[in-house]
Amino acid sequence: MPEPEDELYQENILEHYEEPYHRGHGAHPTHAHEDDNPLCGDVVRIELAVDPAGAIKDIYFDGDGCCISQAAASMLVERFDQKSVEEVKQFTAEDMLRLFGAKLTPNRQKCCLLSWRVLQSAIYSPVANNGQPTSDQPSAQKQRSP
Amino acid sequence: MSTLAPVLPLDPETLREDFPILSVRLHGDVPLVYLDNAATTQRPRQVIQSLVDVYEKQYANVHRGIHWLSDQSTDLYEEAREKARAFINARHREEVIFTYGTTEGINLVARSWGGKNVGAGDEILLTEMEHHSNLVPWQQLAQERGAVLRHIPITDDGRLAMDALPALLSRRPKLVAVAAVSNVVGTINPVAEIARQAHAAGALVLVDAAQSVPHLPTDVQALGVDFLAFSGHKMLGPSGVGILYGRRELLDAMPPFLGGGSMIRRVKLDTFEPAELPAKFEAGTPPIVPAIGLGTAIDYLHAIGLERIHEYERMLTIRAHQVLQSVGGVRLLGPAPEHKAGIVSFTLEGIHAHDVAQILDRHGIAARAGHHCAMPLHKRLGTNASVRASFYFYNTLAEVEQLAAALVETKRVFRKA
Repeated sequence: MPEPEDELYQENILEHYEEPYHRGHGAHPTHAHEDDNPLCGDVVRIELAVDPAGAIKDIYFDGDGCCISQAAASMLVERFDQKSVEEVKQFTAEDMLRLFGAKLTPNRQKCCLLSWRVLQSAIYSPVANNGQPTSDQPSAQKQRSP
Repeated sequence: MSTLAPVLPLDPETLREDFPILSVRLHGDVPLVYLDNAATTQRPRQVIQSLVDVYEKQYANVHRGIHWLSDQSTDLYEEAREKARAFINARHREEVIFTYGTTEGINLVARSWGGKNVGAGDEILLTEMEHHSNLVPWQQLAQERGAVLRHIPITDDGRLAMDALPALLSRRPKLVAVAAVSNVVGTINPVAEIARQAHAAGALVLVDAAQSVPHLPTDVQALGVDFLAFSGHKMLGPSGVGILYGRRELLDAMPPFLGGGSMIRRVKLDTFEPAELPAKFEAGTPPIVPAIGLGTAIDYLHAIGLERIHEYERMLTIRAHQVLQSVGGVRLLGPAPEHKAGIVSFTLEGIHAHDVAQILDRHGIAARAGHHCAMPLHKRLGTNASVRASFYFYNTLAEVEQLAAALVETKRVFRKA
């Protein structure tokens, strides 16, 4: 039997899974998006508070799913807390896989990239005052396609 | 030998020698424990060799040439049809249609029979435990025709709520489509009883037999069903071939499904006359060699005996329930083993099914994780995903115990133990 120094379930990944960074809901999100991987049922929602200059003042995630999807969301939220929308736009899928660290098979890459996809959409998804996404109104950030 | 060793209805160790893939080692030197048989089974060397033999010695297109090779291929292909007929005890060879698999078989009935016989407001009765392949074709038909789908509910332990059936049948559905064995919870459904009640209410009955024909004796006449579909690759045969059984008078009255070569008697520029059964439903070049391989697989299964296979798999299932229940945090889905075929699905508290399957893989154990193409059923059972161990006659009691041991290890990795 291989020893469970399983690269995939290494210490820092399990820590993000068990004690996630900013899991929950922000006080006054301006942007939010939620999506799932229907094939496995993983769900991630990300809520952001973005100021008019494009700075991310607050960022939270919530969700349900495998260790990979939830740990990746935690890492991503930690990575972009107090950063900017502009930096999110620059952050590629490959960057996300690099941030996660452990080597993933193509099937599990989908788990890891779920939160990345959600964040890339969230920055274009302003919420109304009641916390629900507005109609298809373009946000201040939606000046060019990602 | 210990007197406590269970007496097995078959000898898995000897049978395993016929399956080259079962001796592969992975991740360095971990032996393969193949518990994903509900997804697809492995093939014995006899089946593999029969494919090689056809390609090397007897291959040409069927029902076409008047040359020697075409006769050879045609004979083997039709022999395979006869083997399949006998295997499910169909009355006539024309009732046995080669398809590409269970999915095509169900789609054929939905499109051809459904297209002719189902109209606005007509009802089709399904169940809450169907595989997507026995849901989506009916959803497509219902959308197109304005028909109504209803579903036999299931109990909390994953059995059909048969007491709900009379009221559903009193609505006079046109057809009842049901899995003989659930691909997730493993429940063996009372198909003969459903057919009896459905016929009394004037409905036809289609059976998704993908998980039953490979594991249990099947007699379409005794079951009294109208259509029954299954796949070759779940019963030692190649992928890309399956069987649709249909009662002859029904198939005769149905329009062709796919149009093309073989399925015609005569073609003019603007019209055609369909061929007789079974060719009417076998448009184009069929899966010739897979069909012949399926015939060899049927020979192999017949030699072991389906009763013995079922009895042995029941032993594996009972053992699996015993050892998995002893792993804290395991929730077994579905009914007690006496209602089950060799399919055991479960969740492990606090650890997602995909993570469980990933750790099992480290131990060489191939198990399925996810919704197993039955999303509505998982919703009904209150979980997004489950881990599924599914057995065949070449699995051993020792492998079942390895599964339990690997789950204990999984909990350790996730610091739940």
